[in-house]
Amino acid sequence: MNNNVLIIGGGPAGLEAASRLQWFGYNTILIEKTDRLGGHLAEWDHLFPTGKPAKEVLNDLLQNITRVKCFLGTNVNSINILDKSYNVILSNGITVLADAVLIASGFDLFKAEKKEEYGYGIYDSVITNADLEKYYKTKNDSRIHNPKKIGFVHCVGSRDEKVGNLACSKVCCATAVKQACEIKQEFPEAEVYCFYMDLRMFGRYYEDLYLKAQKQYDIRFIRGRVSEVSENQDKTLQIKAEDTLSSRPIKITLDLLILMAGIRPAEAGERIGNMLQLSKEDDGFFTTKDTVFSMQKSNIQGLFFAGACTGPKTIPDTLHEARSAALEINEYLVKNFTCNK
Amino acid sequence: MIDFGYTFNPSSRINLDNFDRVKFNKLVEIEPDVKTCMACGSCCASCSAGKYTPTSLRSAILALQNGLPEKALDFLKGCMLCGKCTMICPRGINTRHLIISITKIYSAK
Repeated sequence: MNNNVLIIGGGPAGLEAASRLQWFGYNTILIEKTDRLGGHLAEWDHLFPTGKPAKEVLNDLLQNITRVKCFLGTNVNSINILDKSYNVILSNGITVLADAVLIASGFDLFKAEKKEEYGYGIYDSVITNADLEKYYKTKNDSRIHNPKKIGFVHCVGSRDEKVGNLACSKVCCATAVKQACEIKQEFPEAEVYCFYMDLRMFGRYYEDLYLKAQKQYDIRFIRGRVSEVSENQDKTLQIKAEDTLSSRPIKITLDLLILMAGIRPAEAGERIGNMLQLSKEDDGFFTTKDTVFSMQKSNIQGLFFAGACTGPKTIPDTLHEARSAALEINEYLVKNFTCNK
Repeated sequence: MIDFGYTFNPSSRINLDNFDRVKFNKLVEIEPDVKTCMACGSCCASCSAGKYTPTSLRSAILALQNGLPEKALDFLKGCMLCGKCTMICPRGINTRHLIISITKIYSAK
């Protein structure tokens, strides 16, 4: 059981897979490109649908990787497929001979400034979902000072051919409703509006969250996509959309606008994909061996996936995939290596 | 006014900045469930009056939220208070009672 397993990516998927592989008794090596573990989870304050602190989840994940060798601030310089294993040269000069590789490269948030008509990076009062989480964590953002009217724009960079992403990012609807409730807690006097196309409340407790947003927090849901945002002389924002339920154009003045930036494949993952010539789907995420079974397998032997590198996922989905990948890797190593010893 | 042979239509745009929150809150006090409407349209689909008149509770609630109370009342004019919509509403709103409350509050001068 002394096989080396290399995990690329230190977010929830990588951490959970690492803990399970460690438990199986493999030499687990995890590399992370940034200087800290946790990925996007480390930058989030609370998680939908129940409002569990992200920090608690992260701490639980970190507790279980005591025997995993972690390299922070480390990238893959090159990766070569040998007969049965992988020769991986890391940016810190270390070479790893791995019998299995798990790609857990996750996602990047859509760069909201690409939707220029929403004015992110142009107008002071336009921020993103990630900015708002940071504000919830630090209570410090010069763009947020006691807003009276607040709007959330769903599907920014999702379901939008113009930005090259036809897919739904899956988690933004629930995130928007969660963040809308939280901002109402923060500023109880504020009016809060959500501009949505469909509310995709698919998970357990999500519909309850939606009902609570309406009932308890007075969030007004407007069905229609925001077409453009402009800034008034007094720095407030002018928002234009259609209220598609009454088939009439709508206009509103807001003090703060939050863009729900969607989920795109991570650039770091794409780099690894190019080194291995991994196939991708039209949505940019890696192709899995099968779309129902074998979601953790790639088309290359010994190479596995977990988490958002194969499409947008919630944290529980990601953790399930990580455990599932650990099982697949164990089966692969037992079948291909143990018998020879 | 000189007749140029054409007229302008008034703007159909809803300006949410004109929304009368005070009056709406009065309604919410009596009918807190009005906030939970998710515009599914079950009430309209089951409405007998809606087949022949522009009766629509869904549209009426939306009109109130969009600051158009006159329009909201128009959408409820044809209602016969039969209560079929109350039986079908998936959010459990007492729609019949809601219609009475809307008419009371917004008809009062």
